[in-house]
Amino acid sequence: MKTYILRRLGYSLISLVLLSVTIFLFVRVTGDPAVLLVEPGASKADVDALRAQLGLDRPLWEQYVAFVRSLLRGDFGQSFYYRTPVFDLYLSRLPNSLLLAACAMAFSLLVGIPTGILAAVRVNRWWDSVGKIFALLGLSMPAFWVGLVMILFFSVYLGWLPSSGSGTAAHLVMPAVALGWYFAAAHMRLTRSSMLEVLGSEYVKLARLKGLPEALVIAKHAFKNALIPVLTLAGINLVIMVNVAVVVETVFAWPGIGRLLYEGITFRDFPVVQATVLLGGAMIVAVNLVVDVLYAVIDPRIRYGR
Amino acid sequence: MAVRAETSRAAGLTLAWRFAALRANGFPLIPITILAVLALVAVFAEALAPHDPEVGVLGERFKPPAWQAGGSERYLLGTDHLGRDVLSRLIYGARVSMVVGLAAVAFAGTLGTALGILSGYLGGWVDQVIMRVTDAWLALPGLTFAIFLAAVVGPSAMNIVIILGAVYWTRYARVIRGEVLSLKERDFVRLAIVANCSKWTIMRRHILPNVANSAVVLGTLMLGVVIVTEASLSFLGVGVPPPQPAWGLMLADGKKGLMAGYWWLTVLPGSCIMLMVLSANLLGDWLRVKLDPQLRQL
Repeated sequence: MKTYILRRLGYSLISLVLLSVTIFLFVRVTGDPAVLLVEPGASKADVDALRAQLGLDRPLWEQYVAFVRSLLRGDFGQSFYYRTPVFDLYLSRLPNSLLLAACAMAFSLLVGIPTGILAAVRVNRWWDSVGKIFALLGLSMPAFWVGLVMILFFSVYLGWLPSSGSGTAAHLVMPAVALGWYFAAAHMRLTRSSMLEVLGSEYVKLARLKGLPEALVIAKHAFKNALIPVLTLAGINLVIMVNVAVVVETVFAWPGIGRLLYEGITFRDFPVVQATVLLGGAMIVAVNLVVDVLYAVIDPRIRYGR
Repeated sequence: MAVRAETSRAAGLTLAWRFAALRANGFPLIPITILAVLALVAVFAEALAPHDPEVGVLGERFKPPAWQAGGSERYLLGTDHLGRDVLSRLIYGARVSMVVGLAAVAFAGTLGTALGILSGYLGGWVDQVIMRVTDAWLALPGLTFAIFLAAVVGPSAMNIVIILGAVYWTRYARVIRGEVLSLKERDFVRLAIVANCSKWTIMRRHILPNVANSAVVLGTLMLGVVIVTEASLSFLGVGVPPPQPAWGLMLADGKKGLMAGYWWLTVLPGSCIMLMVLSANLLGDWLRVKLDPQLRQL
């Protein structure tokens, strides 16, 4: 167990190192980082001062060590636009992103799990086909377009919901649905296949054999076990949602991390862009580690496997 | 006369019957038709587009589609905020999406397949290095990573292709490596080793043809993802640069008329994206089952 966790921890660390090396190298290989990192319209003297401060004349590995050292101190640089440390900015936007992701997740599970179960129980019947079409549409419609069409319909034509901004629960509805839409389809697909697998297992056959009503078999015996992989995926997806909400947050002017990234792009505020990508990657590496370790705790086969 | 009508009806019947048989086989006729039409539109954009997609008439801004009050036959699907013809922009947009999508998939596929084969066949430290890099890149959310790269190198259609390729090769590498691992234990590879083929020859002549099916399936499934990502990048202003008519860019411009209820600027480009992605996904699903039983559970 200990060796397994240590090895997984090692892999995660390697991932983080490669992540930071990639980002570090891309900025330096593709151009002059001093030009990217200095404010637009800064003087030549400012660029030179930054070049000296970043140590761009020193060897690459020394620069990288300095880069990582400042990251570990939580120093992601200053935002040009807001004139505050990027890390503080990130933390101030994080709660909004989490709120949106939580609502989107709730939506996707409320839609995905019941439809997935229905599709599995009525496999190859009318409802299953409807579910398949729904899942395909969900996976094929870009989230931000769903958002735009909803704005057109519910804000412009019907006037029911506010088109952008934040503050009230009404502001949350459309962004949450737009963001959760894709994931609802994914959760439906997984619930269906997981449910089908469980329904074919021995203990469900036993429950049926001893004469339990089908509804009870599904609700009490099959449902619980079928839900495990879905909830695992949902846990990972929650973190992914926080990090892919850029376009949805932009459409609805929702003040989360995605919106911060968009502002970073439009204001050429490069430290913000860099920090958002680094922290997002770190978040996903962390959640993958947690899931792997939890799995090993639950399932000994993983622990002792190679 | 009667005979000719009879034969042509019979021909029509057999044709219809053939289509029906194809449909019964699960052959994705509709998706392939849609993709073929989009491809033709992309190739013959110059001949099909009624107007210049990049130049508008400012006096004709926000004209609704022809069938709505205030619309004119000159602009069948209306005009945008600069008075540009929406239909012409959609037609040229098909070209941008097709070219960028296919090129990015080809690039990601070549890179990923090559690395997957190297990693799987050579094993050892090469495998370790490639797989650790793959894991690290897989950890980054594709869209965010693409945005970061686009922000660093600046927007252009060429850069988008490279960026999408650089972001999505990892999925290929993973799957292909797995296949190579089982292929290299097979007898024909062992025979090749006995026959003193070089590693390079084995990888090129014996392994590559056997993973080509999977690469094609993955590519078709990836096309949808790549097109959506391209649209998102263009929508955010780091994709295809402005005067060019990309669908994602049209959606970004469409936001200017959204609150006024100019639906055609939002609904039409999005529907095009959806049609293309949906068709690619359906085709990919079918190919997956047809070509590669191993990938069925993917």
